[in-house]
Amino acid sequence: MSKRRVVVTGMGIISPVGNDIATAWQNIVEGRSGIGPVTSFDASAYATRIAGEVRDFDPVDAYFAGTDTPDDERRAIAKDFKRMDPFIHYGIVAGTHAFRQSGLVVDEQNAARVGIAAGAGIGGLHTIESTALELAERGPRKVSPFYVPSSIINMVAGNLSIYHGIKGPNIALVSACTTATHNIGMAMRLIQYGDADAMLAGGSEFATTPTAMAGFCSAKAMSTRNDDPTHASRPWDVGRDGFLLSNGAGMLMLEEYEFAKARGANILAELTGFGMSGDAYHITSPSGDGAELAMLNALHDAHLQPSDVQYVNAHGTSTPVGDLGEAKAIRSVFGEHATQKGKFAVSSTKSVTGHLLGAAGGVEAIFSIMALREGVLPPTMNLVDVDPEVAALGMDLVPNQAEKASIDIAMSNSFGFGGTNGSLVFRRA
Amino acid sequence: MSTIEERVKKIVIEQLGVKEDEVTTNASFVDDLGADSLDTVELVMALEEEFETEIPDEEAEKITTVQQAVDYIKAHSKD
Repeated sequence: MSKRRVVVTGMGIISPVGNDIATAWQNIVEGRSGIGPVTSFDASAYATRIAGEVRDFDPVDAYFAGTDTPDDERRAIAKDFKRMDPFIHYGIVAGTHAFRQSGLVVDEQNAARVGIAAGAGIGGLHTIESTALELAERGPRKVSPFYVPSSIINMVAGNLSIYHGIKGPNIALVSACTTATHNIGMAMRLIQYGDADAMLAGGSEFATTPTAMAGFCSAKAMSTRNDDPTHASRPWDVGRDGFLLSNGAGMLMLEEYEFAKARGANILAELTGFGMSGDAYHITSPSGDGAELAMLNALHDAHLQPSDVQYVNAHGTSTPVGDLGEAKAIRSVFGEHATQKGKFAVSSTKSVTGHLLGAAGGVEAIFSIMALREGVLPPTMNLVDVDPEVAALGMDLVPNQAEKASIDIAMSNSFGFGGTNGSLVFRRA
Repeated sequence: MSTIEERVKKIVIEQLGVKEDEVTTNASFVDDLGADSLDTVELVMALEEEFETEIPDEEAEKITTVQQAVDYIKAHSKD
């Protein structure tokens, strides 16, 4: 059977480098880091005291940005938003921006054919932590009736459906740092196999909370370059010492090609491939061959040869083991083609954003699409001394400066704790 | 010092996200002010907090209007 084609018609982003596509992309291309000292709590006792927080963000203002809204509706949203974890704010706002950009009007006729797939890697931890403290101090009668619906992971998808009347499939896949990639990929499948004609898909995260930061610190997973935050995320550099925890959301509006075309939608890119795999190896360390399998499965799904791909937006989190494993996996999948400068490049935009965990695949799908549309390869910043083992692989890592390149196919990788992998393939529209 | 009625109305405005002029003395939380079952529970918790009192669940269920809240507080509050 020939699959239905899936295209992207809207994008929304909330991130440490900007809360709209244009601002975030400009900062990515110019390599302006979103990493700074943690402000959401007192992190002075922590080994890592830096992170990528979302700045200048009022959820209600951001939700209504660019619209002319009656006061009543604003008040109703403001009331709802008081009872939500920040990760839900980020997801709703990014999803709403993507939805609005698509221009899709949901009505009685099509509401059942439009769905949402939006998850988070960790979810409402901020709310869970504060409620646990409240419970311990003041007892069960002081726990808010909104505690559960303000913290559980599927409430991005749930609230978006309520606000926009979207009645089709409503799901929230959870797979650590591969969450957004898996939600986008599975949303693609739902459209391909006829469960829906359009899907909002991606992920969101707010994990710079005391327990999450402490846990990642204890796991020695994060950079401790506290005195130099903007240079702390340095994928493939010899000085890399762990990832930077970041907040935000990345959401795409996906539509079946004929459905989008019939309504005259502006098509931003085509989503042509999706591959998944499991490492079957270790809870936090990557196996390497799991990453290979996800990329190969995505190429197979897109009916492409490795030599058809010109750009890979790497998972590249700036960890010693993960970065090397992924570089080797990419070199293995793409073979000699991977060494052809001008025909193939790999970069990590996490060098600028830090690691948005369950939102990472969403914002990186957006950066991959922007690379296709703008003909610009975003740089891997802070790549001063390339790890010799990585350098030996002979790939263009787009060090420190964006490159102009007319590209047609881009791949975006995400890998997560538990050994869960996903790769997406986008084609220029 | 605000009156009990003023304080109750202020809490209702904050909790339910409604306009001041909608919060009349006889306004029903659910029918007039758009509250759902979760809103009403949280509203009672906010009243307990403000007036340092504990409203048992069976009493709380009977508080459905601004006036009923004011009456309950007047009858049971320490201040």
